[in-house]
Amino acid sequence: MKDLRRVSDPYQDDKIIDACSIFGAMDTSGRRFSGEGVIRAIANMHDRGNGLGGGFAIYGLYPEYADFYAFHIMYLSQKGQQETEAFLQANFDITYQEEVPTRPTPRIANPPVVWRYFLEIGRHRPELNSGNSEDDYIVDRVMEINTRLCDSFVFSSGKNMAVFKGVGYPEEIADYFCLEQYTGYLWTAHGRFPTNTPGWWGGAHPFCILDWTVVHNGEISSYGINRRYLEQFGYHCTMQTDTEVVAYAVDLLMRRHNLPLEIVAKILAPPFWSDIERMPLDRQKLMRALRQVYGSLLLNGPFTVIVAHHGEMIGLTDRIRLRPLTVGERGDMLYLSSEESAIRLICSELDRAWIPMGGEPVVGRLKVAVSRSHDPELDSGEGEAWQSPAATYR
Amino acid sequence: MTEEKAPNVIATRISSPLASPPQSPTLRIDAAGVYYRELNARLRELVSNGTKRIELHNVYGQRYIGTDLDRPVDIEIFGVPGNDLGAFMDGPRIIVHGNAQDGCGNTMNSGEIIIHGHAGDITGLSARGGKIFVRDDVGYRAGIHMKEYQDKKPVLVIGGTAQDFLGEYMAGGVLIILGLNPSGLSPQEPALNKVNGRSLGEGECPLKQVQGKFIGTGMHGGVIYLRGSVKDFQLGKEVGIAELDEKDRLVLKQLVGEFAQHFSYDAEEILYHKFAKLFPLYLRPYGRLYAY
Repeated sequence: MKDLRRVSDPYQDDKIIDACSIFGAMDTSGRRFSGEGVIRAIANMHDRGNGLGGGFAIYGLYPEYADFYAFHIMYLSQKGQQETEAFLQANFDITYQEEVPTRPTPRIANPPVVWRYFLEIGRHRPELNSGNSEDDYIVDRVMEINTRLCDSFVFSSGKNMAVFKGVGYPEEIADYFCLEQYTGYLWTAHGRFPTNTPGWWGGAHPFCILDWTVVHNGEISSYGINRRYLEQFGYHCTMQTDTEVVAYAVDLLMRRHNLPLEIVAKILAPPFWSDIERMPLDRQKLMRALRQVYGSLLLNGPFTVIVAHHGEMIGLTDRIRLRPLTVGERGDMLYLSSEESAIRLICSELDRAWIPMGGEPVVGRLKVAVSRSHDPELDSGEGEAWQSPAATYR
Repeated sequence: MTEEKAPNVIATRISSPLASPPQSPTLRIDAAGVYYRELNARLRELVSNGTKRIELHNVYGQRYIGTDLDRPVDIEIFGVPGNDLGAFMDGPRIIVHGNAQDGCGNTMNSGEIIIHGHAGDITGLSARGGKIFVRDDVGYRAGIHMKEYQDKKPVLVIGGTAQDFLGEYMAGGVLIILGLNPSGLSPQEPALNKVNGRSLGEGECPLKQVQGKFIGTGMHGGVIYLRGSVKDFQLGKEVGIAELDEKDRLVLKQLVGEFAQHFSYDAEEILYHKFAKLFPLYLRPYGRLYAY
């Protein structure tokens, strides 16, 4: 058991004033950049967390394997790894696999073994004619591993992106996984102050399913309702942290139900009934319908989240903004953060710094479509925006 | 932390009519990478040694700057100070050249905080004295539970507009919202050049009406002056709305005058427009909430 007093209360204060920290940075031109700035920014909010969770999501991470599902799996035992690798071989074509490189970091204690696998579904598609997509197949297999196989947790399962996370301050996790060596066009980061649930490796943020990730500051008191609702659709919560439901909720709403983001925001953070009453009639009808159909996905309690998937980064707070979110814009860069100081630290001159209203999403979208397949120009990282006349995204 | 005496600093200062006499030397501190505890310990030491003017440069998120300093001193901040700026402060004047984060002026007792930018959520929370002037907008719950006792009366003047729950549970003090600055927190809204559909009158400042809701929810003391007007649905259940009387006008004239001096506005132009006065309807709105 980690001695929490030494980690989070070195000055023996009577009270620990913490909160999670979240940060997101996106180059809407699609240029990939190193995580060095993001790591500095999240480290600047060190005091919001207490060392019991840190993590990062990186998009545009594996261009050389862009067409393969990249699984990051943590193993708590060797038996777990053997079972899971046999499962992967039976259900996928494994193109490449390796242990995720790490470096010894003094503060990171008892890490699980973390491996990555680049997978194709290939011939393993028995359910194809039942209308299920490859993405559905992946979600089902992830759930199967996380609920049935021992000591194994898939915590990242998208293409050309991945999550790195664990127990420690975010800057320590970055150090441990050598994140300064990776580049991506979109990064999100999280420093954790666990409230109701244990600080373990799977419970750190971001939470991920396919290429959806979420980092969160707050408490989702509707977790039980949300979780039971999502179980009807085959999503099983195994990470012991409330935030997990948000990742599955956006996958269900945006990918499977194909709803636009603006509608999804009104499901997760719906307007008050008193606000709905003042809307034009057709809008009222829509808002009432959303609350009736998707009432079980309303997120109750204080939250600020940064949700990301390929091509988009979304900031959203609860309706009465009980957790902070501030926005910085500079050229093609969009920053979302718990605190403005973290943004200014890595980009002191902003075109605009502002604070969105509660329940109103802030969205960064790629200006050009980014191909999933490898493009050497994207790798240069030298600063010029990448333009492609006919590249398609997805 | 590096420090240097800067004898020629007067030339680089933003001039303010209330500034200390120019003869007192200014101490410059480079706060880059300095942990907030160290920074605040250094400030305590300097102030107790009689330093009257301090400039903090490269401030990036250090919390509680100015906390428990209990005598007059000018502290100018360049950068973004962290949460709870001036918490429990008792006497100093802090000038921020940039934006402030959340919890600015938390439970301050006396002194001034002047922000040349916007401020985040819960600005002036639980303040029991002193003055806070914000040039631009503020986030949620500005002035939450400000309180007053005898001559202790906190003041929060907001140049721009406010997001929801302005003056929530307010128990005392004066909260003024001017609707002035168009470069607000919500960039979607363009600057308003018309007031309620009509063109601006001669000598009139543009007005950005407060759009926030739940204004004064749970309010049971103090007063809010709001330039322009407000709709019923924006107000909490515990708030009444009234015309200004002569006493109100005197308070406004004084405080808007100070605001205008800090940020180089013309006070007359601001005061030209009509204000609404919001006041608490009940002394103890929740007195019977848990008692049957």
